[in-house]
Amino acid sequence: MKSITTKIFGLGLLLAVLACGGKTDKKAKETAEANIPESTLEIEKPQLTFGFIKLTDMAPLAIAKEKGFFEDEGLFVSVEAQSNWKNVLDRVIDGQLDGSHMLSGQPIAAGAGFGRQAELVTPFSMDLNGNGITVSNDVWSKMKPNVPKGDDGKPVHPIKADALKPVISDYKNSGKPFKMGMVFPVSTHNYEIRYWLAAAGIHPGMYTADNVQGQIDAEVLLSVTPPPQMPATLEAGTIYGYCVGEPWNQQAVFKGIGVPVTTNYDIWKNNPEKVFVMTKKFVEENPNTAIAVTKALIRAGKWLDEPENRPEAVKILSMPQYVGADEVVLANSMTGTFEFEKGDKRSMPDFNVFYKYNATYPFYSDGIWFLTQMRRWGQIPEAKPAGWYEETIKDIYRPDIWKKAAELLVAEGHIPASDIPVTDVYNPAPSYCIDGTTYNANVPFGYINS
Amino acid sequence: MKQSVTVNKTQELKLAGAAKAALSKFKVKSPKFDLKTFLRKVIVPLASILLFIGLWHIGAKALFNIEADYKIQKALTDQGQAAANAMAACIASGDISCQPNTLPSPAQVWESFNTLIADHKVISADKLAFKEKTAALNEKRISEGKDPITYTGRPSFVDQNFTSLNTVFAGFLLAFFIAVPIGIIIGLSDTLRNAFNWLIQVFKPVSPVVWLLLVFMIVKTMTKDSNSDSAFIISFISVGLCAMWATLVNTAMGVSSVDKDYINVAKVLKLGPLQKVFKVILPSSLPLIFTGLRITLSVAWMVLIAIELLAQSPGLGSFVWEEFQNGANDSNSKIIVAMFIIGIIGFLLDRIMLTIQNMVSFNKNATA
Repeated sequence: MKSITTKIFGLGLLLAVLACGGKTDKKAKETAEANIPESTLEIEKPQLTFGFIKLTDMAPLAIAKEKGFFEDEGLFVSVEAQSNWKNVLDRVIDGQLDGSHMLSGQPIAAGAGFGRQAELVTPFSMDLNGNGITVSNDVWSKMKPNVPKGDDGKPVHPIKADALKPVISDYKNSGKPFKMGMVFPVSTHNYEIRYWLAAAGIHPGMYTADNVQGQIDAEVLLSVTPPPQMPATLEAGTIYGYCVGEPWNQQAVFKGIGVPVTTNYDIWKNNPEKVFVMTKKFVEENPNTAIAVTKALIRAGKWLDEPENRPEAVKILSMPQYVGADEVVLANSMTGTFEFEKGDKRSMPDFNVFYKYNATYPFYSDGIWFLTQMRRWGQIPEAKPAGWYEETIKDIYRPDIWKKAAELLVAEGHIPASDIPVTDVYNPAPSYCIDGTTYNANVPFGYINS
Repeated sequence: MKQSVTVNKTQELKLAGAAKAALSKFKVKSPKFDLKTFLRKVIVPLASILLFIGLWHIGAKALFNIEADYKIQKALTDQGQAAANAMAACIASGDISCQPNTLPSPAQVWESFNTLIADHKVISADKLAFKEKTAALNEKRISEGKDPITYTGRPSFVDQNFTSLNTVFAGFLLAFFIAVPIGIIIGLSDTLRNAFNWLIQVFKPVSPVVWLLLVFMIVKTMTKDSNSDSAFIISFISVGLCAMWATLVNTAMGVSSVDKDYINVAKVLKLGPLQKVFKVILPSSLPLIFTGLRITLSVAWMVLIAIELLAQSPGLGSFVWEEFQNGANDSNSKIIVAMFIIGIIGFLLDRIMLTIQNMVSFNKNATA
């Protein structure tokens, strides 16, 4: 059947290839910076590849690249989207990625005995807040009557899981397990959704040494779904709700498939979220490179927290190689607002924090919070002495690298000296949680026992 | 009745004559041009393409309306009439913030195709600028014996096509060099064929995903010390392993079913074992081997998408997956563009193999 159709198809493809392989606009980028500024540091490895997951809180990486902060340090960085958090962890450990946007819990778990073990370090905390819990339309319609309403007839926030409790009982009575999604066993989202559920007396299930599913005695079955697939999984009916970072809560609002009920800002104000992670080996072999990377990321964080830059940041993030969601979706949470039910858009200036409140500084206390959570839910199966928490975190969180980078930035005039926190590497700010209990990293036990 | 027939006929003739004249002008070899073949080979396929696009357009429109109605209805029940009207107006205005997310129409897909091409031009320009920018630095680095800095941006859709083709050819060659020799050896001996039959039967139906994981386990350990990206190695080996079975089975079958007379001739001529393989067995089993290779190539192209997606190796597979993850307004139409490109490239690859097969085999009438 060597028909003419073949030839037509062939010709069409040939034309297409010719059309796109042709002349390129030379003038377009002629004006780009012709000379590369000399960095004060001697960079051991200028060509780097970093990974990220499609979430708005990867913004410091995209900004540092697009605004030329990496190149200012003499770094040539490619950033690659990864498919899921497990893949990110493996590729950093195996050296295919030089560093990556990661869940705070991942480097900590890798050093504390849960999941794959490796020596990873965190010199930079990428952001505060930025997550939400979304439920499907069906669950929301059953939940809504239980939510107290304000004078304007709109639900009072923060919505507690108490409103969800009767819905879960309904599902249970009809023989259906109530399933929700989170992004990774050691992710902030897992702990946040557990915290939110547990505060209303709903048991989210325990981990043990033998059972790493975390579903023992569970009233809500939590399972792992990669962040960008959350809306599709919710739409398919596999899960009834999820806890995930932006823009995947707003995506559910825009697609009309779910309703965000709370944000992690309401669960724990200014909680640490993602971190930037490299292997200990990389940092030891390339100390100057590690500092240079941290410098570029701190500058990106600072740039991001100037409100007038946010619209530009949204534009950059909506490019297909970064987060790729539509601008309107990204803007909804990036520009100081958050939309709950369709039409119920509320002001939330601190929903994404990239620099304020020392957001970029890797506080030991933040790391210890994750360790207490791993202990609380049984991911660390046996009790540990108080000193263990501090010792473990000191190997992973590296404020010393952050300090060196920040001091250089102060010397170069990029940030004011007052932006370097005077601290014993414990975050002194009091923490606020949805159920009114507070957490102090110096006495992690009191918190676990509560 | 009769008249009209004759009129038709004369018209037909005129048309044919005109077409013939036009064709001869362009020196196209067309010994016997007749309308029927023209109809059958050009008009009918073109009409079917138009019909397909038409049906697609209507289907997409219907799905769009279902989604839009649902959205308006939902706004009505949740927020009242005003919100429903606003939603209807918003959908009609084509604003991105409220567009129903469903099967894209042919026009949208065409638009996305153009976007991707434009995007490719932007990236090519960017690449050139980057090259100029780093030229001095790279010279210095090379003189110091270090690796030059390479482009740090993302690959364009067109680049990804070539990466994918590259992976498929590497995988195909691997399959060729593994499957054909083993197939010949197995085909020559009944004992060996029986010995290895279970292995072929067990591994043949294994899913590409599992092959990928298996290759990943092995390659990861083998490349422990090197810092290079093993994603390409992993994906092309997986593609090769997935796709080689058809060639292996067909080669073994072709070799074992060579006409007894030929073998006897070889015996009479007292050919050595190597000569026997190259002069007698291989030529007569070529049609079957090529059928196997064609299947291998199309399987390779098919599994490639799944493998690239999982191995995070740049290419069409990861393009499709990234667009699915992006979930932007134009993501669906970009996925459809990729679908067509994948299909067309697969089709062309098959034609190329068929041409090669016709060139080398005795049987000049091999058909699809």
